[in-house]
Amino acid sequence: MVVLSVRGLTKRFGEVVANDHIDLDVEEGEIHGLLGENGAGKSVLSSCIYGLYRPDEGRIFLRGHEVHIASPFDAIRLGIGMVHQHLTLVPHLRVWENIVLGREPRRGLRVDRVRAFAEVERLLEETGFRLDLAKNAGELPIGVQQRVEILKVLFRGAEILILDEPTAVLTPQEVDQLIETLHRLKAQGKTILFISHKLREIFALCDRVTVLRRGKKVGTLPVSSATPQMLAEMMVGRKVFFEFPRERLAKEEVLFELSHVFTDPPGVPLQDVSLKVHAGEILGIAGVEGNGQSELAEVVVGLRKPKKGKVIFRGRDVTAIPPKGRILQGMAHIPEDRHRRGVILDFSVKENLLLGFETEPPFRKGRMTLDFARIRDFARQKIQEFSIVTPDEDTPLRFLSGGNQQKVVVARELAFHPLFVLACQPTRGLDVAATEYLRHILLGVKREGKGVLLISADLDEVRALSDRVLVMYEGRIAGELSPESDEYQFGLLMGGKALHEA
Amino acid sequence: MGSSWEGRHSMRLRLTVPVELFAIGLAFLLGMLVLFLTGYPPFSALWALFRGAFGTRNAIGQTLTQATPILFTSLAFLLAFRSGIFNIGIEGQFLIGAFTAALFGISFRGLPFPLHAILALFSGGFGGAVYALFPALLKVYLGAHEVITTMMLSYVALYLTSYFVNYPLKAPGWVAQTEPVAPSARLPRILPPTQLSLAFPIALGLAFLVLWFLERTVPGFSIRAVGANPEASENRGISVRKYQILAFVLSGFIAGVGGGGEILGVHGRFVDGFSPGYGWDGIAVSLVGRLHPLGCIFASLLFGMLRAGGMTMTRVTKVPLDLSLIIQALVILLVAAPVLIEQLLTRRRKPRRSEV
Repeated sequence: MVVLSVRGLTKRFGEVVANDHIDLDVEEGEIHGLLGENGAGKSVLSSCIYGLYRPDEGRIFLRGHEVHIASPFDAIRLGIGMVHQHLTLVPHLRVWENIVLGREPRRGLRVDRVRAFAEVERLLEETGFRLDLAKNAGELPIGVQQRVEILKVLFRGAEILILDEPTAVLTPQEVDQLIETLHRLKAQGKTILFISHKLREIFALCDRVTVLRRGKKVGTLPVSSATPQMLAEMMVGRKVFFEFPRERLAKEEVLFELSHVFTDPPGVPLQDVSLKVHAGEILGIAGVEGNGQSELAEVVVGLRKPKKGKVIFRGRDVTAIPPKGRILQGMAHIPEDRHRRGVILDFSVKENLLLGFETEPPFRKGRMTLDFARIRDFARQKIQEFSIVTPDEDTPLRFLSGGNQQKVVVARELAFHPLFVLACQPTRGLDVAATEYLRHILLGVKREGKGVLLISADLDEVRALSDRVLVMYEGRIAGELSPESDEYQFGLLMGGKALHEA
Repeated sequence: MGSSWEGRHSMRLRLTVPVELFAIGLAFLLGMLVLFLTGYPPFSALWALFRGAFGTRNAIGQTLTQATPILFTSLAFLLAFRSGIFNIGIEGQFLIGAFTAALFGISFRGLPFPLHAILALFSGGFGGAVYALFPALLKVYLGAHEVITTMMLSYVALYLTSYFVNYPLKAPGWVAQTEPVAPSARLPRILPPTQLSLAFPIALGLAFLVLWFLERTVPGFSIRAVGANPEASENRGISVRKYQILAFVLSGFIAGVGGGGEILGVHGRFVDGFSPGYGWDGIAVSLVGRLHPLGCIFASLLFGMLRAGGMTMTRVTKVPLDLSLIIQALVILLVAAPVLIEQLLTRRRKPRRSEV
């Protein structure tokens, strides 16, 4: 029986059509995947169903009756609950308090704490969740916090759960636990709409999947009759190459080295971090975000001074050399947060391409003045070379899409043939096509015999691209793995367990 | 998606100027309404104001004379602001510049004319620059916020110069002022009999120079980069400290030249209290000019017109000077305040990744 049905749903933002006449049927008791690239309209569609956005056209039916969902309150009343990508727990309230928050059983004007606790316990019993209700929510690992979020939604009586990219913040083990949890909920008769752009999760979890592309529905099909290649092509609209042939090109020559680096706070202190990047090699750094990767990147490019230890680039000690000196010696940096460190949104494409090279001879005429004719030609050449979609080189970067902004960063960083590239979360927030493009660029850098240090929270990415992988945990290198090692081993190291403990 | 960003981008550029003109018109209208409500004839007052600003050769000279110091100070504010520095102590740098220029003009007698004047003007700039260097270093090395330090230093400058012209350097007579500067240090009047001096074309030229500097030179580019995104600049090897200090000092230099121009061009000596707050006005003028050097030219002319016209209006009609002050205040409220708020908000707002 179809429990939730959407007909002709259209949502526009200005001239952008985020959802274009989308039909969707979700069967009772199924896990229905909603798959698409960033910007395909998945989140918009689910937000319309949950009442966060009001659709411009189209109708929503619940068990055959048309409903008008004007706000999340309506949605909750109708038994629709949503778990957001970003967790919304109050960190210093206890777990059970978080669960009842906003729907506390009352006695008069006061919260009936006894009854509230009892009701949460009953819910736990019914659903088979295991949780320490008395702990503060902030003390729990992210994966557990997410379970609390799900409980919160169930406490409000949700029969249909929408999960918006729930795995983005989880380790592989936590993802497995989440999948198990969702299977259990399904067994209890709940209906789940699971939003993702990761094919693996769709296959592990869903009964049927609906693919969106650029705001339009491409199709709905049972997962049992789909292949990853097929779904990817539906998402992107053309053939996609996932598998990169792994070429062993690493030479003896060490291009970049960290030797026993320690740092002080602010941030996660690095403790005895050593690594070597060889010519013709991509060294991957895996790990759950916030385990010192950002600090490591800052040390590599010279934005953070190590307390102890050395940074060695091309055989020379560059520990005391600031970013500029390292850039001029051939170091490139694709930063993790491009809006913060990578680009200047108010500057034009041209100026962003120039940033950091403005002092260099090709762009100067005389000692102090910029040669704008040269800069313009350079910008136009890069726009063409990297197929950056922009009306012209004078458009402020703010008006470019995320993928094109990242291309501007990459075009600039690779402009003067660096020997060593630090790439941090290089494909974060990019769609499949831009991601694929960027990965090819990094492999190209490696093929030219240069070195790449790839820091990414996306384990699949690290494993697909790297020749060797180091796992970071709490500011240390927890261990080295081959990218072919199985996911379970990665998960252990990412969770802070040594391999022999397993 | 192509059309949407293009549309937004050009719309922004197209909209600001008409919106601003509308706001200025509205300010005039509201000013007249106040007059009407308080029983003055609004139209004849406005007419007198315009005549006083543009009606005669003298009026035009007055308007430009009044526009000159605030053009300097608005450019000074703008330059620091572009690097992310909120230099609201321009009044202090302006006064110190005026004072050093006066001292230079009084001493070194015997230097020939253009040289003496040029050096005196530069010494004014130098004084302002040094006076801005203190808060710059305090900011960059100790983290003392420039809004606090520069504002306090403004009062230090005010009372310090006042002390000198009241006591040690006071010329004989009733007025608290210095001896006149040597004739060789004076900036020539260019529209006699008005007080309009060479300082005005210098300020005008400076506006174009600042524009060229910001857009076309390496340090100008770096200053803008540091102001627009310090973290990205740092990452690309542009020293935030270095360029904020540079912008701060250049800002003080321009303010100091402005002060010197006022002394060497208009007063011929340092008179206690000669500045009715040109430095503070410069902040507002800069914002009305949308923090663009050419915008500053128009905004300073508008403010100069209100000042010059207002004085004539008061003399000719019985309408109090307050009309032009009210209009000035309304222009600031309607034009400058929104610019400032917008600037501060976009600066605060952390860019976020978002998914459609």
